[in-house]
Amino acid sequence: MKTASNLTRWQEFWAGARQTIPLIVGAIPFGIIFGTLAQTSGLSFAGAIGMSAIVFAGSSQFIALGLLGVGTPLGIIVLTTWVVNLRHLLYAVSLVPYVKHLSQVWKLPLGFGLTDENFMVTIQRYRQDDPSPYKHWFQLGSALAMYVNWQLCTLLGLTLGQSIPNARAWGLDFAMVATFIGMTIPYLTNRPMVATVIVSGITALLAQGLPHQLGLIVAAIAGILTGVLTENHLQETTPHD
Amino acid sequence: MTNEVMLLGGMTLVTFLIRYPLLAMSGRITLPPRLMQALNYVPPAVLTAIIIPTVLIENNTLWIAPDNPRLIGSLAALCIGLWKKNLLLTILIGMGTFLLWQGIGGV
Repeated sequence: MKTASNLTRWQEFWAGARQTIPLIVGAIPFGIIFGTLAQTSGLSFAGAIGMSAIVFAGSSQFIALGLLGVGTPLGIIVLTTWVVNLRHLLYAVSLVPYVKHLSQVWKLPLGFGLTDENFMVTIQRYRQDDPSPYKHWFQLGSALAMYVNWQLCTLLGLTLGQSIPNARAWGLDFAMVATFIGMTIPYLTNRPMVATVIVSGITALLAQGLPHQLGLIVAAIAGILTGVLTENHLQETTPHD
Repeated sequence: MTNEVMLLGGMTLVTFLIRYPLLAMSGRITLPPRLMQALNYVPPAVLTAIIIPTVLIENNTLWIAPDNPRLIGSLAALCIGLWKKNLLLTILIGMGTFLLWQGIGGV
């Protein structure tokens, strides 16, 4: 196998795009459904295109549509968007050690394109041991692939919207769940990780009733703390020799 | 129209202000080892917190039953994922099982 550290900028870029393809497959139905739902929720054609183009945050866009549809005040929609996307703060912290040497010209687009899918693929690349100086090109390739796909799917959904008026009832957004399951599985390699997943899942169910989707962030933090505590506990109980 | 501009502006601003500032300041930030350790758990913790309620909650009630196509689709995805360790296959089998189960359920 060719060692990854020999990769050029563009090889990293294309590797990032290529490894994002499975996640794109999962995001396609989600993007199309967003497009089909947009106009029935009261968002204009331009508004839907614009939202995908400049907000670029799938789940919060979805939730915003739902809130718009029931006439929620603008401020509440923005607040909910903030809470729903707060998990990206955890992604940003995780990336700090890997992007600190980059210029703002790089950090700006990388920050803008920091979605769930982009983070999950990219953090694996950054954590590989090889000293490749171009891992940020991998992140850019992944982000751009997600971005282009999201715009195309939104547009497709908007134009298909008339012919499939009840796309959500088909449940195609389940593709995102399947994608996220696939992304979680590689982590289930040791006891602290399994403990994290169990506690995060149970907490998410218990905290479901919290307003503005706050349950997500509460559950994530509970899961993270569980992982750390379990790991520390295992280290203490393992005899050092 | 003005409302839409404000909505998009607001959503863009709050989202960007979550994603970007820490990257912008990253050159001046050194993370303590404890935090670095905790960050290893971010991906599975966040993903699970999204997956579980989406799969198990329908109209604000818990739905753990064989007629929940999301549950069956998820279990199929989990099994194939643990077995084959292939992301694309996991998504396709999960989605296929979900659609099949939903079809059988007569939705």
